Amino acid sequence: MNRRMSLLRTVVCRAVVSAMTAFAIAGAALGADIPLDKRRSGYADLGRDSKAMQDDDTINPATLWVLDGEALWKEKTGAANRACADCHQDATISMKGVAARYPAFSPARKAPIDLEQRINLCRSEHQQAPPLAYESHDLLALTAYVGRQSRGMAVTPPSDGRLTPFIEAGRKLFTRRIGQIDMSCAQCHDDNWGKKLAGSLIPQAQPTGYPIYRLEWQSLGSLQRRLRNCMTGLRAEAYEYGAPENVNLELFLMWRARGMQVETPAVRP
Amino acid sequence: MRAGLAAVFAAVVISGGVVLAEELLPYRIVSNVIPASLTGASGDATRGRTIVLNRAVGLCLLCHSGPFPEERFQGNLAPDLKGTGTRWSVEELRMRMVDSRQLNRDTIMPAYYALDGLNRVAPAYSGKPLLTAEQIEDVVAFLATLRD
Repeated sequence: MNRRMSLLRTVVCRAVVSAMTAFAIAGAALGADIPLDKRRSGYADLGRDSKAMQDDDTINPATLWVLDGEALWKEKTGAANRACADCHQDATISMKGVAARYPAFSPARKAPIDLEQRINLCRSEHQQAPPLAYESHDLLALTAYVGRQSRGMAVTPPSDGRLTPFIEAGRKLFTRRIGQIDMSCAQCHDDNWGKKLAGSLIPQAQPTGYPIYRLEWQSLGSLQRRLRNCMTGLRAEAYEYGAPENVNLELFLMWRARGMQVETPAVRP
Repeated sequence: MRAGLAAVFAAVVISGGVVLAEELLPYRIVSNVIPASLTGASGDATRGRTIVLNRAVGLCLLCHSGPFPEERFQGNLAPDLKGTGTRWSVEELRMRMVDSRQLNRDTIMPAYYALDGLNRVAPAYSGKPLLTAEQIEDVVAFLATLRD
């Protein structure tokens, strides 16, 4: 009886293993994740001048926002008349690694929140101040300043099982064809990175440098702004700033970039 | 491959001068091709060339390169258009322009004359195909001239 059971178990195990192997092989075809060792930051494809601009704080235009963020960090605001620094003290210590692990799960919202939403939660809960709008100078400045404290650190999504369904939701959005042009993020950024869309090199869409100074924008901008750019380009209705879909996409992208280096604030064409 | 009347349509509803949806002309797929002109007339290859080269209209050069040395910044996501007219017949080209998904579900080539199966189309483009039937015929006529 025991022997029969163990034989049965062996057969079942083999079936499961071969099914998993078949799945893994199928997954290696079109539409598969970029292998971890093939991942590449957009930095690698920058020209020499843009690389120098990103690497040198004194010529990186994003430094203006970082410095404003540092000032805002210390500025008392809201009905509570408190500064970020009143709770968190020295950001160069307390904010080290924070941006590398966002978006993170918010028990209150039962959903992931991104760094911008975290900053606005602090404003409403602890400073009793109104939220800052996405892409406003002050929110970009604070996000850039907090993000800067993780520069050079590995992207480290929290190992939090509560995030799993949201990462999967983000993946679904990434692979869903949208808009009149009817393409998905993955069709360009997983399947065709390195090729040219008109004259532009298609990057892997790694989110390691946000907020970024984009030369096309002549400004700093958030990851959600960049996501919305692509959606609009596909002639799709872009998700609103702060919409759960955008946060899920950010979360999926950070998971996809796990282990890569944070470059905030990066420079891109 | 299904044959028969495959076109989706939407009635033209004009209310207060606002066109709410455009009409797609019906067409027939036979053995993976669309034998008849969508409009009943032949396209104009010269107009077709203009559409193909216009990145905001035909969008072709975003993904394809072609025998257009004067055009900078052509894409390489998709096959070169050089020799297209040698590789494909007019009927095959029409099928690929109208709805290449019918040949390959996973193609990245958008369906230029379809309204079904799309997600989250922006309001400005909703209910409109990428090109009109006349433009499709013009592009098909031009592509047929690209011979090796």
